[in-house]
Amino acid sequence: MKILVCISKTPDTTAKIAFTQNNTKFATDGVQWIINPYDEWYALVRAIELKEKDASTVLHLITVGAADAEPIIRKALALGGDEAIRVNADSHDSFYIASQIAAIAKDGGYDLIFTGKETIDYNGSSIGGMVAELLDLPYISLATKFDLEGTTATVVREIEGGEETDSVNLPLVVSCQKGVAEQRIPNMKGIMGARTKPLKVVEPAAAEPLTNVVSFELPPAKAGVKLVSADNPEELIRLLHEEAKAF
Amino acid sequence: MSVLVFIDHSEGHVKKASLEALSYGAALAGQLVTEDLAALGRYGVKKIHQLAQESLNHLDAQVYARVIAETAVATGANVLVFSNNLSGKAVAPRVAVRLKAGLVSGAVALPDVSNGFVVKKNVFSGKAFANISLNSPIKIVSLNPNSYAAKAGEGQAEVTALNIQAGAPKVKVVSATQASGQVALTEAEIVVSGGRGLKGPENWGMIEELARLLGAATACSRPVADAHWRPHNEHVGQTGIAIAPNLYIAIGISGAIQHLAGVNRSKVIAVINKDPEAPFFKAADYGIVGDAFEVVPKLIQAVKKLKGIA
Repeated sequence: MKILVCISKTPDTTAKIAFTQNNTKFATDGVQWIINPYDEWYALVRAIELKEKDASTVLHLITVGAADAEPIIRKALALGGDEAIRVNADSHDSFYIASQIAAIAKDGGYDLIFTGKETIDYNGSSIGGMVAELLDLPYISLATKFDLEGTTATVVREIEGGEETDSVNLPLVVSCQKGVAEQRIPNMKGIMGARTKPLKVVEPAAAEPLTNVVSFELPPAKAGVKLVSADNPEELIRLLHEEAKAF
Repeated sequence: MSVLVFIDHSEGHVKKASLEALSYGAALAGQLVTEDLAALGRYGVKKIHQLAQESLNHLDAQVYARVIAETAVATGANVLVFSNNLSGKAVAPRVAVRLKAGLVSGAVALPDVSNGFVVKKNVFSGKAFANISLNSPIKIVSLNPNSYAAKAGEGQAEVTALNIQAGAPKVKVVSATQASGQVALTEAEIVVSGGRGLKGPENWGMIEELARLLGAATACSRPVADAHWRPHNEHVGQTGIAIAPNLYIAIGISGAIQHLAGVNRSKVIAVINKDPEAPFFKAADYGIVGDAFEVVPKLIQAVKKLKGIA
């Protein structure tokens, strides 16, 4: 069994979102970077659990990014995994990133490719589906439960208005969300061990991004809250109904 | 310019998010070719390509992507529109690869076509927007639910049968369940949400009653879902679901930045919290500083009175 987990570097969930260079670049000053929570809490942890169950499992991590992504990938290795691959390229757009992952996966002989359900910065939800299409593999989106029996996976995924249980043979691409696994904290042994795990840097495959960011903008500020007395909550219903016309 | 919209449906009903996508697609077609406007159908649609085959009974991303991409090529579509709901998220990225099409997922407005094709989308989990230029010949827009109003008018669309072999899915569906009787959170016009201030799952009765009276969906904050007071699929926020209802009523939620990220696209926000310093008040339109256990029952009475059921 060989598993590839896609890891993305994102700003911390409490990071202040601001832009520079005429609103064309994210302002990175003072920003703490983390492993994208969905990649870490669900995709990576579930892959580690599968390796713990079957020690012969080989677990690789991949990220597409410049050298400043290395602390993040080391952090991921501290949780688990045998080695990491960093594709040395800017993460231009979803298609470009997916093309890089697919180029590595094509000759890697992976049985399973895990992604998080989306990144918390670009919110594309696209990498898993794109990698699957590039490799002509089945894709299960938004998994909430993943089990493996031999080479057959049983996956519960969220669908519009409900859930679906699927059975599918490997190889397979899965995007993971809450329910698949529980967040873990790396221990000291993991952190020490991660320092010596191989981190391969490879140059990007030829691929053209299909989109680019023209500019960023922040949402307009709220005008200010209109407070209603706690003695008269009926007034809130009246305002929501008559003034805000919310129902 | 030809626009193809993917219609998501289940149990005989077209999803509201898909109606929005249809109206969006029609407006886009109108923006680009005004003479076709008169012929647009009820939601502005001219023609519906239909394919009914057994292998399409469950939404299999691989099979659907093949059918939609083939249809796009056969009809010469330049722009494809999906709803960025769970179905769109499964299918649109695969279609994008098949057509070598740039994809914007999470669009919140019609594209600016004055100079190229630039679409505004949500980024940083609702904390900002990005304007994305699509540079490929075929373009795909996946529209966030509740971002573009579905507009129904008069008209009839022509329905034609597609002549495509969908092929067998590699994924076998063992079972599928639909939660019935509830308003889907991402499609809800009104959402009533509870936080830690409600002290325990046994106190959710009043949240559910207020929601039922308003025809609203129920939601919760992350600590509530983590404590298993409420199911995970009700968790709204940065690492949960992002929503954009007409009205978001937050009860006993302090308004941490991660929570706000998931709800700040709501058109109107009303906050009930006993702590006047709760950060949520800064992001709210209306607020009551007070104890939820005293305020919410009175809200319920007021809604009943308004709806004539007191």
